[in-house]
Amino acid sequence: MEMNQKEIRIGFYVCHCGSNIAAMVDCPDVAKYVGTLPNVVLSRDYKYMCSDPGQELIAKDIAEHKLNRIVVASCSPLLHEHTFRGAVEAGGVNPFFFHMVNIREHDSWVHTDRKEATEKAKGLSQAAIARVAKHKKLEQKKVPIHPDVLVVGGGIAGIHAAMTLANAGKKVYLVEREPSIGGHMAKFDKTFPTLDCAACILTPKMSAVGSHPNITLLSYSEVTKMSGYVGNYDVTVKRKPRYINEDLCTGCQDCISHCVFKEPKFADEFNENLSKRRPVYIPFPQATPQVVLIDPEVCLNFKRSVLTDKCKKTCVEACGEKKAIDFTQKETLLDIKVGTIIVSTGFQTFDAKRIPQYGYGKYPGVYTALEIERLVNTSGPTGGHVVLRDGKTEPKSIGIIHCVGSRDKKTNRWCSRVCCMYSMKLAHLLKEHTGAEVYNFYIDMRTPGKGYEEFYDKLLEEGNHFIRGRVGEVTDWAFTKEEEGKLVIRVEDTLAGYVRRIPVDMVVLATGIEPHSDSNDVRRLFNMSCGSEGFFLERHPKLAPVNTFNDGIYIAGCCQGPRDIPDTVAQAGAAAAECMALIDKGHIEQEPNTAFVLADECCGCKSCLPLCPYTAITFDEALGKASINEALCKGCGTCVAACPSGSIVQNLFDDEEIFSEIKGVLAYE
Amino acid sequence: MAELLRTIKYESDRVKGFGREVMSVPGCEQLESCIQCGTCSGVCPLSIYMDSTPRQVMELVRSDFKNEVLHSRTIWLCASCYACTVECPRQIRITDIMYELKQRAIHEGVYPKKFPIPVLAKEFHKMAHNHGRVTENWLATWMFLKTNWLAAIGMWKLGLGLFMRGRFSLKYEGIKRKGELARMMETVDNIDIDKLTDVKPKRKPAH
Amino acid sequence: MVKYSYFPGCSLKGTGRAYEESLLPVMKALDIELEELDDWNCCGATAYMAVDEVKACVMASRNLAIAEKLGHRELMAPCSACYLVLNKTKHYIHESPSVHHVLDEALKVANLSYSGNIPVKHPLDVLVNTIGLDAIKKRVKNPLKGLKVAPYYGCQIVRPYSTFDDQYNPTTMDRLLEAIGCTVVKDFPLKTRCCGGSLTGTLPEPGLLCSYIILKEALKRGADVIATVCPLCQFNLDGYHDKIEAKWESVRIPTVYFTQLMGLAFGMNERELGLHRGFIPMKPLPAAFAQPVAT
Repeated sequence: MEMNQKEIRIGFYVCHCGSNIAAMVDCPDVAKYVGTLPNVVLSRDYKYMCSDPGQELIAKDIAEHKLNRIVVASCSPLLHEHTFRGAVEAGGVNPFFFHMVNIREHDSWVHTDRKEATEKAKGLSQAAIARVAKHKKLEQKKVPIHPDVLVVGGGIAGIHAAMTLANAGKKVYLVEREPSIGGHMAKFDKTFPTLDCAACILTPKMSAVGSHPNITLLSYSEVTKMSGYVGNYDVTVKRKPRYINEDLCTGCQDCISHCVFKEPKFADEFNENLSKRRPVYIPFPQATPQVVLIDPEVCLNFKRSVLTDKCKKTCVEACGEKKAIDFTQKETLLDIKVGTIIVSTGFQTFDAKRIPQYGYGKYPGVYTALEIERLVNTSGPTGGHVVLRDGKTEPKSIGIIHCVGSRDKKTNRWCSRVCCMYSMKLAHLLKEHTGAEVYNFYIDMRTPGKGYEEFYDKLLEEGNHFIRGRVGEVTDWAFTKEEEGKLVIRVEDTLAGYVRRIPVDMVVLATGIEPHSDSNDVRRLFNMSCGSEGFFLERHPKLAPVNTFNDGIYIAGCCQGPRDIPDTVAQAGAAAAECMALIDKGHIEQEPNTAFVLADECCGCKSCLPLCPYTAITFDEALGKASINEALCKGCGTCVAACPSGSIVQNLFDDEEIFSEIKGVLAYE
Repeated sequence: MAELLRTIKYESDRVKGFGREVMSVPGCEQLESCIQCGTCSGVCPLSIYMDSTPRQVMELVRSDFKNEVLHSRTIWLCASCYACTVECPRQIRITDIMYELKQRAIHEGVYPKKFPIPVLAKEFHKMAHNHGRVTENWLATWMFLKTNWLAAIGMWKLGLGLFMRGRFSLKYEGIKRKGELARMMETVDNIDIDKLTDVKPKRKPAH
Repeated sequence: MVKYSYFPGCSLKGTGRAYEESLLPVMKALDIELEELDDWNCCGATAYMAVDEVKACVMASRNLAIAEKLGHRELMAPCSACYLVLNKTKHYIHESPSVHHVLDEALKVANLSYSGNIPVKHPLDVLVNTIGLDAIKKRVKNPLKGLKVAPYYGCQIVRPYSTFDDQYNPTTMDRLLEAIGCTVVKDFPLKTRCCGGSLTGTLPEPGLLCSYIILKEALKRGADVIATVCPLCQFNLDGYHDKIEAKWESVRIPTVYFTQLMGLAFGMNERELGLHRGFIPMKPLPAAFAQPVAT
């Protein structure tokens, strides 16, 4: 505490941030004013404080002017607090004798009156000068990182991240909610713009995951609980019963052919309900793991009653000596310990029924894009033969409606990024399969990607029709003879300037990407944030796109926002690299802005316990006192504000510091 | 040789500020965010007969082509079915904008003469204003006399049919306290609504 | 006995009087009392708005203020255009302080005031959602078995201020018609498509085409009759068959108010329900419910 007794010598710097701040705030004037405040020894304005010369300036001034407190008024502490603390430390002063004032996001960017913005900058700076004088010396703590990684979601993002980590020698748990990994990509027929077969490029990766010694694949499982902190997460995984012993099943599928249901009778989710499956099934031929499962909702064994007992357990018989079928299987919970987590839970497609004027669910000729992916697929419900729901009629004319549930304030405001491209891919495939006349109805064609615009060219050359206009409605009432028995698309051809009615046999709705309906639960589970749309929020949209605000937890793929396969894979690789950076370093430094209990003053009321979002507070029954685990505390301050006896104190935010700051801002007139 | 019309537009053809002005009217603000997708035209049942599609009208407004818009038949063909308004992905209240344009066209007297729709609107307005209520058959009669009295003769059969079925009122319907309504309207005439932009909301919405 | 304030609107006193003639007895039979607003005026409808939208709102607000004088009862407006304008005015009152100010000033000179909170309801909403289908079923004496009805809602009760049903596929009337025994044309695709509105009277071609499309499709789907909820829709779909026939083809199908069908099912007299006022008579009526039943 000897530093505290010394004379306070503050250095103040106000940053222009190019013109970001200087255009709205008179920086030299702020510097001049702050220079007159008590304890301020030096006050400067500078073009870019975060630049190397800017940082060096701080270190140099500390030495020359014997500064022992530093205040920088610039951008958000989220961006550069770390930078400036480093500079202060380099100058030989404890990095927590530093305070940052945000005059960009909180001031120059949100105001339009230069004079008032300048006044505000002075007020905020004065508050910081008053506060920094009361700062105390703090030390950062080192926390070790557990080397195992959890990857949540086994789509292409999760698969790629898990493989990257496993290949680098890290142990990975890959948790997938569905019976097989593969995600949406496994349902696709071809991929744009190269038109390579989705299965051909994905399934080798899937089986590599299944057999990799470093990957523990937990399919048909969900994470139900997560606690701990960066480097030391405790995770509980719920394993849903497949009624098949995964270790004993060889994937021979004899049980399926021997099921008492001679004909498949139940909607096959993998084929978007366009085909049927039996109660015992494997989602698709290349499913990973190659293990069947039993659907208890429809399996007769689960419907036994005295009166009707049609189940002959023929599956068990067929399985024979392998004895893989286990009807007694129950849900189990598995506890694992990991140091870092990658969340790659993907997306759901927009429910086309929410736009009733397009007739999905009402007219059988209306399909979603995902249904068409299955329909054109050789392993799909019709073996790749494109026919309408009657099972025989080939469509002669097809309309593909873009932006269904995208760019629409009534449903989802955002552009889903992939629909233009996948619509063109489907247009190409449908034309190839049927020779039909294909119309694309688009608002704007968006083809920003390598080879994407060239793909658009290819489609134009193939003779596909592109009509710029958002479809008004799809109806089944005919006005002219050519419309009889057809679905009629009414649209304005905005480029030709005519309203048109176009009769077609098949309508494809290019449904957009949206967050999973339960994404909020996942968000809470991993203490992440969501944007207003419900996609998980990255720490910085440009410079930390796979980081979250929770250290050690990363995001990849469409759970963060709509994107295509190449971008998803790139993000998954980036998330894996972020994990490895932590693991290989072995430890991280923890922010010291944690809270602690003044044991003498704690009255043992326990009101803080349920409030802590990080479960960092425990209660010692013997002593009747609460205590806070520093490693778990994130410094949110909830308990500090709630404590009725005022016995919880937070570093960097103690009463003296906060009251000085308030006094400082009030002193400014 | 047929007469050729100049179709290029110069900046001087724009009435600068017109779009801003329309978009500042309550209910018309969302036009700023129009992406010209054409949903409005796609759903409009009357777009079959329009000279400009509703989408084009929106762009003409935004781009300050006041004369072109106010002379367009499109604004008069709008039957106020609100299909465009509920389907617009940018939640632009297209029907309300059409109303705004109709009011401006009538105010400036630029609508096509003898074009029956604005005449009906004006007659309707006059009758409601003077009597407090509208008697439909007299309204129609006045409209036809002012636009195309020959057409009125063509309507005799409908009129007779209505009369036979007791649906044709010979008398003018009206309210008792006509003076009260007139005073109310006079009050409105004396308020300049454009100067009221600073009036603060009085209460929160009921729902 | 439930009590509602009642705003008939000009049409119900003129060309649409059959609507009122059927509405009043049906409501009475269901124990609903309607109290007509004293000295109500034109709602300020569609055509008025084209000339002066603010004054249209002033017209509407006078009615709302008169309704408020009767206490905080719900106001029933059977005409779709009135329903829309009254609701639109309420909307403006809440949304635009300047419009609100003008209305307040105008009402002041008439010693009136309006708080902005009187709910404006369409009888279809009241019947199905407040009275309920069970109560209606109890009153049915002659279920209209075998009568195939195309439910036609038109625009303005569902758009844009729809509060009681889906804007794209309303089903309230479908359910009501089924409750009184009718067979309903399922998913009638034109149920909310515009009938042409006031255009039919001004520019016949576009207006008539709108009506023609609806009539043609209703016939094609095997309907015996079209049920409407709005006097203008009824007039357009019923009054211009000669002209439609001259222009395109004969699509003669009667168009009646839903309340007329309810009246028939309740065993009321055809003439009392104003069914003789239609141009295309709803005949032959199936024998089962053609007989007037003493009530």
